[in-house]
Amino acid sequence: MITILRKPETHPLTWRLDDVHKSPIWISEYCKKNGYSALKSILKDMNPKDVINLIIDSELKGRGGAGFSTGLKWSLMPKKINNQPRYLLCNADEMEPGTYKDRLLLEKIPHQLLEGIIIAGFAIEASIAYIFLRGEYINAAQNIKRALTEAKNMGYLGKNILGTNFNFNIILHTGAGRYICGEETALINSLEGNRANPRIKPPFPATVGLWGKPTCVNNVETLSNVPAIVLYGAHWYKSISCCSNDRGTKLMGFSGRVNNPGIWEVPFGISARELLEDYAQGMQAGFQLKAWQPGGAGTDFLTVRDLDVKMDFQNITKAGSRFGTGMAMVVDHTINMVSLVLNLERFFSRESCGLCTPCREGLPWIVKLLTSFKNGSATMSDFNILEDLCFQLGPGKTLCAHAPGAIGPLNSAMKLFRSEFKSCINTNDKINNMNLKKNTFELNL
Amino acid sequence: MNILHNKLNHIELRAIQSEKKHYEDVKAVSIEALKIVQRSRGWISDELMREIAEVLCISVSQLEEIATFYSQIYRKPVGRHVIKFCDSVVCYMLGCEHIQSTLETILNIKIGQTTVNNRFTILPISCLGNCDKAPVIMINDATYSNVNTIDIPILLEKYK
Ligand code: SF4
Ligand code: FES
Repeated sequence: MITILRKPETHPLTWRLDDVHKSPIWISEYCKKNGYSALKSILKDMNPKDVINLIIDSELKGRGGAGFSTGLKWSLMPKKINNQPRYLLCNADEMEPGTYKDRLLLEKIPHQLLEGIIIAGFAIEASIAYIFLRGEYINAAQNIKRALTEAKNMGYLGKNILGTNFNFNIILHTGAGRYICGEETALINSLEGNRANPRIKPPFPATVGLWGKPTCVNNVETLSNVPAIVLYGAHWYKSISCCSNDRGTKLMGFSGRVNNPGIWEVPFGISARELLEDYAQGMQAGFQLKAWQPGGAGTDFLTVRDLDVKMDFQNITKAGSRFGTGMAMVVDHTINMVSLVLNLERFFSRESCGLCTPCREGLPWIVKLLTSFKNGSATMSDFNILEDLCFQLGPGKTLCAHAPGAIGPLNSAMKLFRSEFKSCINTNDKINNMNLKKNTFELNL
Repeated sequence: MNILHNKLNHIELRAIQSEKKHYEDVKAVSIEALKIVQRSRGWISDELMREIAEVLCISVSQLEEIATFYSQIYRKPVGRHVIKFCDSVVCYMLGCEHIQSTLETILNIKIGQTTVNNRFTILPISCLGNCDKAPVIMINDATYSNVNTIDIPILLEKYK
């Protein structure tokens, strides 16, 4: 196993963690290790605008998958009018297959997240934050609750925080199981007690969000980055990534048939090969790498050829996929791509919120077609329908990114592993051949 | 059936009431209210739906629209213990289908069904965020990682 020396300057998110004890960092240890000093310093010396500018300068990007500038998002909140409430939502509804990064931060370092939320709340002048936590994350819920009580007792939450006139509260809200809640407007709907259907944008949540009020939605990992940026500054933050346009560190991982599946805090710009070979310790004996997904179920497949690509938003896009959550997964040579894609599409089909027709109707259709490929009854025209559906569900045709995300892996698998799909096609199929002849005949008329 | 079974008790009512103060609008309590009631009853019957809707001052159909949308709200009875079986991509690659068939054989039910003695229900679930320790299943509130087919009978024995 590798030993990683974690220091505050190089591992701002995880340096407090101890590999041996593995227990969560509670408040006394968190404070001993610099915790809540960022909050103290902003309350003493900064106003909301300064904090927003600092985060803009740091070039911190959202870690939920889209990679939008966090500081910019904060600055889009309209000017505060009188006492109109404004909300901060922490998106902790982690459910993307292959992704387990927020779970670590929620369970092990809850105070770092709370401190990030309080600072963000101060910056956008909100008075309440909700942590929308996935219902199945039971340990995370317990740990967050305990951390909330600890923070309240120490005066970091509640009325007149640390003797200032800043009042702020955090409420834990747990979900009831639906992947689409991770989409920011669906999350707002779900929190309000509605079906988690995404909303049409504009208006954007910054102006019309939770209960129609200005609302900012940030991911757990994004907010957990905030305290360190306040403590060490934007310049330091920008310097820790290695030759990448993206700044700071990122939780990245590899799962599948590797020797040491796991999650690590690494600088943006690290190569996928380094992650796979040094951190994940390579493929298990007897297994070869066939394909990999860089950042969750909705990202296009890459192959061995792409292993030297840098893990960041721009370079993964250039390689033909999406950085997504940065939690990668390997597919080994024993896995049939058709069956694997069928598994992915079943997930997306089950989790469609059903609001737009192409997504609601197209995904089950894709599942049916792929099933027929898997059991060898597919025809050539089924292959063409699949290709057509990839187009019909593509970007811009549905309300949210669920459908385009779903066809990403399918589309890339059909291109990269075409022969595997083709070899499932039943060439002796009489009906199919007859239809083909009939079509030719009709065309000749 | 005892008629009181279909009435909310004061513990449930109090728990629901105390959630209300966290939100600008009470409708936001709907999901939590369903979860509170489900925790003690196992599932949500039609009568309980009506009761909860009344407490929240929303229509039954509004509540129904939520109850049927979220996978962890049960509108039909489930067994005493619910096994949530992760069938997402990493667990799939690491052999969750064997886990599935072992569970189905031992309990003599298919995914989505409940055993005759009412002891277990198996339901599919999406990625439990433990993929580095796949395959993963959850029984009630406990997550079990790196499960293999040999351990399953021993694991099930813990749940009487
Ligand atoms: S694309 Fe799918 S998930 Fe997104 S809004 Fe439309 S139906 Fe719902
Ligand atoms: S895929 Fe099963 S826990 Fe992630």
